[in-house]
Amino acid sequence: MFNLAKIFNKNMKILSEVGRYLVLMKQVFRKPEKQSIYKKQLLLEMDNLGLDSLGIVAIISIFMGAVVTIQMAFNVDSPLIPLYTIGFATRKSVILEFSPTIVSLILAGKVGSRIASEIGTMRVTEQIDALEIMGINPAAFLILPKIIASIIIYPFLILVSMFLAISGGWLSGSLTGLVATNDYVYGLQYQFKMFDITYALIKTVVFAFLTASVSGYYGYYTSGGALEVGRSSTKAVVNSSIMIILFNLILTQLLLA
Amino acid sequence: MIEAINVSKSFNNHEVLKNINVKFEKGKTNLIIGQSGSGKTVLMKCLVGLFPIDKGSINFDGRPFSDISYEEKKKIRQEIGMLFQGGALFDSMNVEENVVFPLSMFTEMTNSEKIERANFCLKRVNLENVNKLFPSEISGGMKKRVAIARAIAANPKYLFCDEPNSGLDPATSIVIDNLISEITQEYQITTVINTHDMNSVIEIGDKIAFIYKGSLWWEGDKNSILHTDNKEINDFVYATELTRRLKGK
Repeated sequence: MFNLAKIFNKNMKILSEVGRYLVLMKQVFRKPEKQSIYKKQLLLEMDNLGLDSLGIVAIISIFMGAVVTIQMAFNVDSPLIPLYTIGFATRKSVILEFSPTIVSLILAGKVGSRIASEIGTMRVTEQIDALEIMGINPAAFLILPKIIASIIIYPFLILVSMFLAISGGWLSGSLTGLVATNDYVYGLQYQFKMFDITYALIKTVVFAFLTASVSGYYGYYTSGGALEVGRSSTKAVVNSSIMIILFNLILTQLLLA
Repeated sequence: MIEAINVSKSFNNHEVLKNINVKFEKGKTNLIIGQSGSGKTVLMKCLVGLFPIDKGSINFDGRPFSDISYEEKKKIRQEIGMLFQGGALFDSMNVEENVVFPLSMFTEMTNSEKIERANFCLKRVNLENVNKLFPSEISGGMKKRVAIARAIAANPKYLFCDEPNSGLDPATSIVIDNLISEITQEYQITTVINTHDMNSVIEIGDKIAFIYKGSLWWEGDKNSILHTDNKEINDFVYATELTRRLKGK
């Protein structure tokens, strides 16, 4: 009986959090007070959230692609399997899963913690109250540009990641002599479907929205001091990652099944 | 004039404000005083709408503020300036951008007009040549002055100050107090200050509301507060050795 009550309370807490998140989103998507200021904020956020992440995305993608190619090469040990399979499998892995999902998870850590700690600090230092007193909708002013900036910049980052991962794979394959360039390139082109890219970009846009909005939610409802800002930041990263994994499953089932 | 009528507010069944009836007059520095935990900050946050009230109503020059839509509330809020305890300056903006911000949001002024207005407001609070500095690069007293400049930039009708002297030395506190008082009279603003600083009470208390255990316990001005026989007021006013000695003289 006690356990049932505990489970019920926990579920109610989750429901209440989802409700609060939806109420905040309703506030976020209200009409902006002055569009020119929001546009300026949007450009700033695109720089902060997107271009600042280019370095880490590049490094991770190159090494990820290289490792995928080497692993494929070592697993393709039967003479009956053509070598271009390495390029084909690398392309499929990178485009369908590694770039959109793994890079989005990494960005959930980097961008999510940044959003939650920035907004959380503004909350505990009364900067959000100051915006509200001025007659500005703080939820929209702080979160909307971050969501739109993420939705615009994430697909660009993921396309860069795909290119670099495949290049990293080619580099490692050819430098180690595991796969010849012409085999690798043939594998990349073999049975190429444009929908794979579309599928990856649809996932990316959803993940971008989830990361920015979930992190914005945890930052916005921070209360207390420095300790709580840290907690909000951690919660933002953990819950954004869980949402990405959950929606990855849902979207894969919907788009590929 | 700002009017609170029968305002009550509770948190988790604990009544923090009990049927508060108080008027804050135009062109005067109205002080809310009381011990820590008496409910004065909650009252101020209820007045500006940061906390919704449970009972009663709040009016700004006869216009209802407590039970109106979000959009209507936003319109009245554009007439409010507020100085927060820590300044609440936007970290990502420099001093000039902080002061210009409300003008950019709600006026159609050109860039040069906005900068001219910002410079005027900064000069009014005795700050010059700090326009390009960030909040992290200026002192606590300067932050408060920048916050005052930002609060008055859009010509507010109402100015709220939450403990404007906290963390400041006595000399800087007097400068801030006098500045708020001068601005109030000069622009005929309805100013409400939340404080427990007795220097402020004596210096600028045109009207004083004493909150005790969530109730409005006493009302008066800077002259009458020193001569009242109300025990709770006297316990508050003469809490320090310095004020007791002065009373003895």
